[in-house]
Amino acid sequence: MRHIISILLENEAGALSRVAGLFSARAYNIESLTVAPTEDPTMSRMTLVTNGSDATIEQIQKQLNKLVDVIKLTDLNEVRHIERELMLVKTKAAGDFREEVKRLVEIFRGRIIDVTDATYTIELTGSGKKLDALLEALDEKAIIEVVRTGITGIARGENALHL
Amino acid sequence: MGEKLRGAEILLKALADEGVEYVFGYPGGAVLHIYDAIFKQDTVKHILVRHEQGATHAADGYARATGKPGVVLVTSGPGATNCVTGIATAHMDSIPMVVLTGQVPSHLIGNDAFQEVDNVGITRPCVKHNFMVEDVKDLAMTIKKAFHVATTGRPGPVVVDIPKDITADVAEYSYPDSVEMRSYKPVTKGHPGQIRRAVELLMSARKPMIYSGGGVVIDNAAEQLIEFTRLLGYPITQTLMGLGAYPASDPQNLQMLGMHGTYEANMGMHQCDVLIAIGVRFDDRVTGNLEQFCPNAKIIHIDIDPASISKNVAVDIPIVGSVSNVLSEMNKLIRASQFDPMDMEKDAWWEQINQWRAIDCMQYDRSTDVIKPQYVIEELSRLTNGDAYITSDVGQHQMWAAQYYQFNKPRRWINSGGLGTMGFGVPAAMGVQLAYPDETVCCISGEASLVMCIQELSTCLQYGLPIKIISLNNRYMGMVRQWQEFFYDRRYSHSYMDALPDFVALAESFGHVGMRVEKTADVSAALKEALAMKDRLVLMDIVTDQTENVYPMIAAGKGHNEMELSPVSGGPGTDRELS
Ligand SMILES: Cc1ncc(C[n+]2csc(CCOP(=O)(O)OP(=O)(O)O)c2C)c(N)n1
Repeated sequence: MRHIISILLENEAGALSRVAGLFSARAYNIESLTVAPTEDPTMSRMTLVTNGSDATIEQIQKQLNKLVDVIKLTDLNEVRHIERELMLVKTKAAGDFREEVKRLVEIFRGRIIDVTDATYTIELTGSGKKLDALLEALDEKAIIEVVRTGITGIARGENALHL
Repeated sequence: MGEKLRGAEILLKALADEGVEYVFGYPGGAVLHIYDAIFKQDTVKHILVRHEQGATHAADGYARATGKPGVVLVTSGPGATNCVTGIATAHMDSIPMVVLTGQVPSHLIGNDAFQEVDNVGITRPCVKHNFMVEDVKDLAMTIKKAFHVATTGRPGPVVVDIPKDITADVAEYSYPDSVEMRSYKPVTKGHPGQIRRAVELLMSARKPMIYSGGGVVIDNAAEQLIEFTRLLGYPITQTLMGLGAYPASDPQNLQMLGMHGTYEANMGMHQCDVLIAIGVRFDDRVTGNLEQFCPNAKIIHIDIDPASISKNVAVDIPIVGSVSNVLSEMNKLIRASQFDPMDMEKDAWWEQINQWRAIDCMQYDRSTDVIKPQYVIEELSRLTNGDAYITSDVGQHQMWAAQYYQFNKPRRWINSGGLGTMGFGVPAAMGVQLAYPDETVCCISGEASLVMCIQELSTCLQYGLPIKIISLNNRYMGMVRQWQEFFYDRRYSHSYMDALPDFVALAESFGHVGMRVEKTADVSAALKEALAMKDRLVLMDIVTDQTENVYPMIAAGKGHNEMELSPVSGGPGTDRELS
């Protein structure tokens, strides 16, 4: 099953490679990984999407906790949560495409953030599925470039991961 | 306010303040400032090894024998890479060690400078943690953290990479008394509710089994384990790493379990109804086929490392905590309940165990003129009362040492269990002998393993380390040969040791005593003679039976009840002509 693991870790050189190294050394999957400093610059927040059996997920959490740089973690699957991903797509936007792409972006509630005579650059935020849906809806021949951040997430309600 | 010092001096002061007695090291460009600082002080003693791998194993042996962290100092590049095997060895067996590696000056990092390697990157997967010092102001605190992380929780090696300019920079020195790390807070006390549940389950068992490991040794919990086992009257078996924590001579002890464990230990595991696993990690060499592992047992597992619990085997009652703390709590509960220990004379479970014991799976042919390796170990055990410090290399000799030496005390059996590192034995023995100059320290080796760190014989001469090397010379990489005999139709591919040196002459050329023993009748006297040479290193080249195999054996992937016994103990054996 797919799990979203949220991690608070020391914002130190090498912390990211410790996490990445753990996953490759123990043959765990990483679907996506995002990381950036928090409001406290000495800490980073990482969101890691992985999948595996319950036993594997339990080991992943324990092994992550064992890393000396990891301060705290939580499995967002265990709580009600929101997940979001940001995608930037550059498409062809000449001739017939121009109107069609614009309409699609409106339907998906995305934004066109850069324009040339021949291209649009679209910004879309949402769940991974929603981003997939836009890509499917766009004509494959129209797509020039796709950039996705990977999933980030947060618990709903008062639940929070902090010190 | 502290005094102003250069980084190199700060490092030496910090080591002294940390109580470090010995640093095992080898100099080079990146650590020259540090070596200069070593020259100018005499609190921390430096032991010059002959290869950096030797430094790591020596520090490791010192740590295993004393429980104190071993310390290593090497230069950047090749100095650091030569340490990787020793660091991984310590990591697999949870040995506290601090490895200080030199690094090229900060401004050259990333330039492929002379003798630059990404040492933090190379060692990352085989350390408990590692640090790169970026500012001389952080140096003392980083050293404090390194020792803290290495020695607490589940211990392990910590690497500190120090760029050369940091060792020249100046800062104020003060060594912190303690350290707080918000991201590192190992648990020590077990959960009282879990402990109570475990004790209730234990006391309700009809076919109980205690399975203890290296965690008991590391946590100095032998006393608590002995009390626990006696209070219950249950049978106990140990892993390779746990030998000595419970006296081998005690009748409740079924000795080692696993691939080369005893018949009674493995059968007991297979049939038990309650298993308590104490400071162990369910290694595949112990469990055999996981599907057949303790099929009827409810399992309790005590470990300091949450990640060890339910990693390989799902357990019913997990207890995260230090073994010594949890066992003490359990002992209190058992004493308070006035539990009657299981009666070794009358109980049906013990009767069953004694039937298995009666098979006497450790028999070997005692009538031969050719020396049987088992006999050498038995004699050594007898002559030293099971009380010597024994290091080993890796192979058949290691298994025979584990099986036939009667370890009655913890920290006496020093071997590379997890990584299985040939070359470990001699340098590890150096570390032990330095820690305990007056004790008998023996290295049981094989002629293949022995030459992997043979250069350390020079170190032994320089520092007067009178270790006894007992090399069971079967002219084969015996363990490899055994597997080829069993599983590759006796195609002995590259396991023959051709072109061996004259080991007696070799010992002598290094300034030591060499002895060759070729007949069973001479073994005992030769061992006595060697052990009596208190101030000389003796290398005993003992020419043993080439065809001997380690039994019992559970082939990889088989269950505990699928042991093969030696032909002498009633097993089928194989036809063992060597061509
Ligand atoms: C560094 C290293 N290389 C290879 C091995 C694989 N290996 C395990 S046992 C063994 C043979 C050891 O031979 P020897 O030291 O003569 O001991 P014996 O088995 O004959 O007692 C080998 C090659 C190892 N454990 N370590």
